[in-house]
Amino acid sequence: MTRPIIEMRNVVKSFGLFKALHGVDLQVKEGEIVVIIGPSGSGKSTLIRCINQLEEHNGGEIIVDGAEVGHGRKNTVLTEVGMVFQNFNLFPHMTVLRNVALGPVRVRGLSWAAAEDRAKRLLARVGLADQAMKYPAQLSGGQQQRVGIARALAMEPKVLLFDEPTSALDPEMVGEVLDVIQQLAKTGVTMIVVTHEMGFARKVADRVVFMDGGRIVEQSPPDQIFNAPRDPRLRSFLQAVLSH
Amino acid sequence: MATNVEALPVMSIFDTFLNWKVFVQTLPLLLSGLTTTLTLGVTAIILGFIGGLVLALLRLYANSPLRQITVAYIDVFRSIPILVLLVVIYYALPFVGLRLSSFGAAASALSLVSAAYSAEIFRAGIEAVPRGQFEAARAIGLSSWRRMSDVVLPQALRIVIPPITSNSINVMKDTALASVVAMPDLLKQATQAQALAANPTPLISAAVIYILILMPLVRLVGVFEKRLAARGR
Repeated sequence: MTRPIIEMRNVVKSFGLFKALHGVDLQVKEGEIVVIIGPSGSGKSTLIRCINQLEEHNGGEIIVDGAEVGHGRKNTVLTEVGMVFQNFNLFPHMTVLRNVALGPVRVRGLSWAAAEDRAKRLLARVGLADQAMKYPAQLSGGQQQRVGIARALAMEPKVLLFDEPTSALDPEMVGEVLDVIQQLAKTGVTMIVVTHEMGFARKVADRVVFMDGGRIVEQSPPDQIFNAPRDPRLRSFLQAVLSH
Repeated sequence: MATNVEALPVMSIFDTFLNWKVFVQTLPLLLSGLTTTLTLGVTAIILGFIGGLVLALLRLYANSPLRQITVAYIDVFRSIPILVLLVVIYYALPFVGLRLSSFGAAASALSLVSAAYSAEIFRAGIEAVPRGQFEAARAIGLSSWRRMSDVVLPQALRIVIPPITSNSINVMKDTALASVVAMPDLLKQATQAQALAANPTPLISAAVIYILILMPLVRLVGVFEKRLAARGR
C-alpha cells in the first residue's frame, strides 16, 4: 500500500505560449485517494490528462506503475489507468453493454461473452443492470456517467482518473454519481479525482491537492486543507467556493 | 378542317420525341446500355469509396512525405475534368504501353476522381467526430486501428452518408462520359439507337431511365437520414 504507483517529477506542459503546468511534482501511493481542487485554468485537468498521456508533457518525468510514459514510448502500462470524463464520452453508436465490454474484448482479449458478463456485473454495481441494452442517448446524464465509470472499471485498472465527473450534470444527479465513486473508494483502487465538490473531497480524500496557476500550492489531508489552510490563495479559493 | 390543322403539330411532337414504336424497338439496346452503365457506376463508386477512405486516413494520419503526396493527389484529381482524364487514360496511356479497355479506362478515370472527392468527404466526417470520442477510445487502451474501426469510423460514416450518396449519384451520372471512349453505356446506346431510328425518342427514353434509376437513390438518402436521426446519437 505504500509503493508510489504514480510519480510525477518536475512535469511541464505548455500549449503554445501558454504554460499549463510549471514543473509539478506529485506522488500517489497505491490505494490512495487524491482529490485535486483549484480554480478553473489552474492545470488540474491537464495534470491528470498528462498521467494517461491524453496530453503529452513537454518536460519532466511521469512514471506509472514503475514505467515511464510519454515521449514516444509504447505506454502499454496505460491500460492500467482508467479515466472518467466530464462529458462522459460514451460511444453513441453502441449499446451501454457494448460500451463497457469493448475495452476488455479489444485490449484484454476476452471473448464477447465473457466481457459482456463482466459488463453486466459492473452495470449492476453502478445500479444500471436494467439499462444494458439501451443506447447512451436514452439515458440521463447521471446514468451516462455511471456507465462511464463502469466502462473504466471494466479494464480492471490499477488507477482511476476522474476529470470533473459531475461538472456536466444537473444538480439532482450529482449525488448518484458521487455515491458510486465513494463506493469505489472503499475497494482499494487508486483514485485521482479532479472536482469542485468540496463536500466529496472532505469526505472521501486521503489527501487534497490544491493547484493554482499550473503549480501545486498546497497538499494535505482534507482536515488540514479545509480547517487550517496555510496558503492565502487556498484560503481565498475556499472562501469563494464555500461561501454559498 | 381547323381541328386537323391544330392537331397536326401535336401529333408530330409525339411522333418525334415520344414515339412508341421506336421506343419499343430500341428498348433492348437501351437496357443493355443500362447494364453497362450500372456496372461501371457501381465499380467506380466502390473503388472510389475504398480509395477515398484510404486517402482520407493517409491525409490525416500518415507521416509527412506520404501526407504531402496524398494532399497533392487529392488536389490534382479534384481539379482535372473527368472527360480530360478519361481521354488521357484511354488515348495517351497506350503510348507508354498501358492499354486499357474502354471499361477499364472509364472505371479508372471515374474511380480516381471519385476517390479524391470521397477523401475530402471522409476527412470532414472523421473531423466531425467529437474529440472526446478519440480520447475515450484511447483511455480504454484501444490501438489506433481499433480506435478508428470501432469508435471513429462508425460515427464518421454515419455523418457522411448524405454527401457520399450525392457523390455516388454524380459518379453514376458521369458514367455517361464513357460514351466518348466508345463504351456502350446507356447514353452511347441511346445515341446509336437515335441514329438507327432517325428519331430522338431513345434519347428521351435514356433521360427517363437515368431519372428512374437515380431519383430513388436520392429519396433513399432522406429515409436513411431520418432513420439514423430517430435512433439518436
